Amino acid sequence: MDLGFTEEQEMLRKMARDFLTEKCPKTHVREMEEDEKGYSPEVWAEMAGLGWLGLPLPEKYGGGGMDFVDLAVLLEEMGRALLPSPFFTTVVVSGLTIAEAGTEEQKQKYLPLIAQGKAIFTLALTEDSASYEADGIAVKATADGNDYVISGTKLFVPDAHVADYLLCAARTKEAANKEEGITLFIVDAKSPGISCTVLQTISSDKLCEVTFDKVKVPRENILGKPDQGWPLVKKIIQLGAAGKCMEMAGASQAVLEMTTDYAKERIQFGVPIGSFQAVQHHCANMKVDVDGTRYISYEAAWTLSEGLSCAKEVSMAKAWVSDAHRRVCALGHQVHGGIGFTKDHDMQLFFRRAKAAELIFGDAEFHRELVARELGL
Amino acid sequence: MDFRFGPEEEAFRKEVREFLDKELPPGYEPDTLATMEISEEDFQFRRAFSKKLVGKGWLTMHWPKEYGGQERSHMVMLAYKEETTYRRAPGYDIIGAGMIGPLLMLYGTEEQKKRHLPGIASGEVMWAQGFSEPNAGSDLASLQTRAEEKEDHYLVNGQKVWTSFAHHADWLFFLARTNPDPEIKKHRGISFFLVDMKTPGIEARPLANITGGLSFNEVFFDNVRVPKENLVGEKNGGWAVTNALLSFERAAVEHPTEMKRLVDDLVAYCNQAKDVRGVPLAKDHLVRQKLAKIAVEAEVAKVLCYRVTWLQGKGEVPFIESSVTKIIGTELQQKAGQTAMELLGLHGLMEPGPKWARLKGKIGNLYLNNVGWTIAGGTSESQRTIIATRGLGLPRG
Repeated sequence: MDLGFTEEQEMLRKMARDFLTEKCPKTHVREMEEDEKGYSPEVWAEMAGLGWLGLPLPEKYGGGGMDFVDLAVLLEEMGRALLPSPFFTTVVVSGLTIAEAGTEEQKQKYLPLIAQGKAIFTLALTEDSASYEADGIAVKATADGNDYVISGTKLFVPDAHVADYLLCAARTKEAANKEEGITLFIVDAKSPGISCTVLQTISSDKLCEVTFDKVKVPRENILGKPDQGWPLVKKIIQLGAAGKCMEMAGASQAVLEMTTDYAKERIQFGVPIGSFQAVQHHCANMKVDVDGTRYISYEAAWTLSEGLSCAKEVSMAKAWVSDAHRRVCALGHQVHGGIGFTKDHDMQLFFRRAKAAELIFGDAEFHRELVARELGL
Repeated sequence: MDFRFGPEEEAFRKEVREFLDKELPPGYEPDTLATMEISEEDFQFRRAFSKKLVGKGWLTMHWPKEYGGQERSHMVMLAYKEETTYRRAPGYDIIGAGMIGPLLMLYGTEEQKKRHLPGIASGEVMWAQGFSEPNAGSDLASLQTRAEEKEDHYLVNGQKVWTSFAHHADWLFFLARTNPDPEIKKHRGISFFLVDMKTPGIEARPLANITGGLSFNEVFFDNVRVPKENLVGEKNGGWAVTNALLSFERAAVEHPTEMKRLVDDLVAYCNQAKDVRGVPLAKDHLVRQKLAKIAVEAEVAKVLCYRVTWLQGKGEVPFIESSVTKIIGTELQQKAGQTAMELLGLHGLMEPGPKWARLKGKIGNLYLNNVGWTIAGGTSESQRTIIATRGLGLPRG
């Protein structure tokens, strides 16, 4: 058993920390909240140059051939910096899925584009039903000669407005069991019939409404098995959940540091508020949650990285971290008092994003149900 | 990063399982799940069972070979504790082989080691720990039990409390004040002693705890003559000795492992117990959520225990990490006990005995027992203050 990191991982972490400290200060995070794209193409290109976009992709396609734990280290740093970027949807969710389930042609076509930073991908999964269960998918894809025709509306699709490709989960066959008849398509975002609107959200992310109006997708763009796409969708949810946990781990640690710094500096009643037991115990509770978050997240990442059966570990991590990170941010606010409640202060940047991270790829309740199944209930 | 145990550890785990399959009576369960206490029958069973552990060398498996141990690694011990704890089997002598044995190896004189280590290793001699007093709980350094230096002995007067299993113990290690000068810092006037429980003037009086069971004791010292050779470490140097003891801090993997076992038992129960409409409890959404919540928190507590053990294996003293782990593990016990009671409803009130008792009527006393976990071994409040001040560097009030 070794709960430490390799030298390479420590170097990756340091490089990421230095890069993001310089390129993604909180001023940048705030700028991107108002920016139409929501991310910086310059930073994106630099990340490509650093090899980050291909980090977990096979070397054969221009990737770095590194594993999910290496990626986890990078995600932890990105989460700490609140990096606004289509990295997550492109690399973690889409890249790894194409690497896992794509045909040789698909891998050769798309993976180098991802690794070189030449294409942005996203996942169009959730709909108005706001569910990560198979029942939540109602958007239809009808066979038409050599194509499928997709019609319907996807909601909460991250970065769809800048995406070049969307992985779209649609229903190609009606069946009594809703987990049957689902197919995953790689859809060119420039296809006629796609319209995209950025939703105004409290989390300052670019979640979009994507409407498919008779969008034609060639059969060769099916990712994985036709009509039997649900197992792959479940795998994608696992990747997304595990990855989000790592981002939350980094963010939680940042909040703890910011909060303890404030508790040492803020003077009231002639003393630092950090000398009051109530404040000390808030910080201690944050520390317990931060530590628990870090290690359960790495356990999930490691299990996934080893190719072991990881449904239980990933769901346990997402169930815990979704709630724990929320608690940490809430206590962070409480310790910061009035000043933390202002837009100018950074605390709210974390709090609002924590809510989105809690919900995306399944919230605590969703994942606890998956755990219940793993327990044999 | 690797969350797996190594081949040596897994092989040992297998050996332990086979041993328990062979040596434990079929369907073995202790009389109570309230682990702070022990029934007379269980105590005798444990004493007898520890002979078998001694036979395997497992009682002192972490000891140096020089003292008859097997020098097994922290990780091997962790695996061992997971196996024995999950089976609710006796496996470990916390106070003797776990604490005073290693402490004497560090601080004891040669005579003390020769005198005491064999008895601990053979499981023949039982020890108890006399630290807390009626007026010295969280503020241990303020203890008042007095040891006056005489010609060839220390004369001890005072009282200890919460002394677990002192009514069974053969020997006691305890702290007493050897320098009562109010000008000095309190912890600088404390010494660490050993005493034979048969010494005239010592009396252990068992206290019943919340479940009515006997676990801890008051221990009275009435002009007890403690030979000078029973002083461990320097006179007035007892605090440093105590800190060394605390650094043997176990990862306390017992908490998440007990909870894993409890969850498994509750899953089995919910799969067959039905609600008032004849639907198995396992189908109820809330039941599923509650049990999953405990299982998740047990997994978090487990990986944090692994972290403590991994750090110990590297030769570090994970003081803050132990506090974090203690908070989460003990509070988990309480949440789990509450969840179990919710699942049993009124049935949870029953004790073993009535024919209607479910889960052998043991959940009620488990629930009561759990109240003590956030208090014993350093209250949750003390742990949080340690984390905040020594861990996060927040200024002391």
